[in-house]
Amino acid sequence: MKSLVQIENVGMQFATKKGPFVALQGINLQINEGEVVSLIGHSGCGKSTLLNLIAGLTLPTDGSLICGGREIAGPGPERAVVFQNHSLLPWLSCFENVYLGVERVFGSKESKAILRSRTMAAVEMVHMAHAAEKLPGEISGGMKQRIGIARAFAMEPKILLMDEPFGALDALTRAALQDELIGVMQKTGATVVMVTHDVDEAVLLSDRVVMLTNGPAATIGEILEVNLAKPRNRLTLASDAEYTRCRAAIIEFLYQKQVKKAA
Amino acid sequence: MTIASIDISLGSVETAENVSSKPSNTSENMSTPKISPPATALSVPKNAVAGEIAGRAIRTILPPLIGFALLIGIWAIVSMKNKGIPTPEVVWNAAVVLFSDPFYSNGPNDQGIGWNILSSLKRVAIGFGFAAAVGIPMGFLLGRFDFLNKALDPIISLLRPVSPLAWLPIGLLVFKRADPAATWTIFICSIWPMILNTAQGVQRVPQDYLNVARVLNLSEWKVITKILFPSVLPYMLTGIRLSIGTAWLVIVAAEMLTGGVGIGFWVWDEWNNLKVEHIIIAIFVIGIVGLLLEQGLLLIARRFSYDSNS
Repeated sequence: MKSLVQIENVGMQFATKKGPFVALQGINLQINEGEVVSLIGHSGCGKSTLLNLIAGLTLPTDGSLICGGREIAGPGPERAVVFQNHSLLPWLSCFENVYLGVERVFGSKESKAILRSRTMAAVEMVHMAHAAEKLPGEISGGMKQRIGIARAFAMEPKILLMDEPFGALDALTRAALQDELIGVMQKTGATVVMVTHDVDEAVLLSDRVVMLTNGPAATIGEILEVNLAKPRNRLTLASDAEYTRCRAAIIEFLYQKQVKKAA
Repeated sequence: MTIASIDISLGSVETAENVSSKPSNTSENMSTPKISPPATALSVPKNAVAGEIAGRAIRTILPPLIGFALLIGIWAIVSMKNKGIPTPEVVWNAAVVLFSDPFYSNGPNDQGIGWNILSSLKRVAIGFGFAAAVGIPMGFLLGRFDFLNKALDPIISLLRPVSPLAWLPIGLLVFKRADPAATWTIFICSIWPMILNTAQGVQRVPQDYLNVARVLNLSEWKVITKILFPSVLPYMLTGIRLSIGTAWLVIVAAEMLTGGVGIGFWVWDEWNNLKVEHIIIAIFVIGIVGLLLEQGLLLIARRFSYDSNS
């Protein structure tokens, strides 16, 4: 498999009033094309910081990140982000929100009609065609996140970055969206990096689970390979031995090796 | 006496501004969506539904009616004790006469109340229009460039609390005529809320939206039209609403000083004629026009405000 993203010895310091704060240090990771990688760890360990570094929203203070042979110097549409709070523009309809990204990526070489059909295809992919003309304020949280995912996929990014995409949703909606995402990833073969703090979500969706140690100066503690055939079905997985093994490994890491002191 | 009355009106300018300078007000004022009655309501006897509607109407209309009745009652008592103050009846009759012919014109010093209101509104519109043309772009610049903000903030802080009427002599000096000088004071009093609210709006564009812009790598033009402008608009409208309110307060005082045609001048003229009933009518008219301006702008603001939490 071809390597898409190389993270080499990356460290991140933030300047605070009490002096420099080391959030991340010595991060080394390769992400291959078509791979789904989860970042998991206790809150405050720097998962989102690492994702923002790959997105280019923040730049590392140490080391380097390379995507597709080029150093990551800033954000760009080839690294689409699904934000935790969906971040749809409230004055644009769902369709227009997706169209904004599509227009930016393909607008220079394709006609308006093709751009519109691309947008509509993405909206249909997440089963939101019925609400395409609604404003984000008129639809539920789960639906908004579907549109957020559609916006990211519609740009056909090299890599999709998700920052706790389902963190703000209730358990049932979250399960529905995870299944939706499994379908979309199957269809597109997308490369995905996802931040999560949900053990089941990590095992269900990823090929590899990257476990981060507690901050400050968090780094990669363990990397778990999930050897489960895709597409996965949450019903049959419940009794699967490999699924149970992966789950146990993550829980052991989080709650035995990296016990979070009571906050 | 002039000075005292002007001071009081300006005092209320400042408080009005302080109270509602938080633009979150616009979203608080958003009306809750009306829920249509469920279908089961049809099975309820008709007279019960009608009774409920009548009850609701009474609950919303009755308290303000009682308030106005109290006001007029107190006024009637005061006017009985003090012969200088006309009774509500006298004022009502005078108003009927005035409004039966609002657009007569017997030379510059004797015109109908309609002309007086319109010429005041015209001054406000011109002064306010110039203030918007200068203040809104300036607000954008101040919000976008921290250096400019730091450079101009002390100047604005220094000039903002100054009564716009203090600028009137400067206006008279520069423009040599009373009319543009009055417009000039409106410009001065309207510009501060416009600059400050627009700048605040630009500074408060949610980081999430700017991150979206960065990830999508939108062009500067798209950032302005699709992200900056729509998210600043509610703040801008708050600034406009505060400006209009202040401008309407100030124009009365400015016209008292400059003379000519206008509602403020008319009040002063009627004081000189000792037609107190006309002054009371003017107070109501000024209040109603101010209320309409405010409500009109609130209506526009509601159309363009989006609940950012949704």
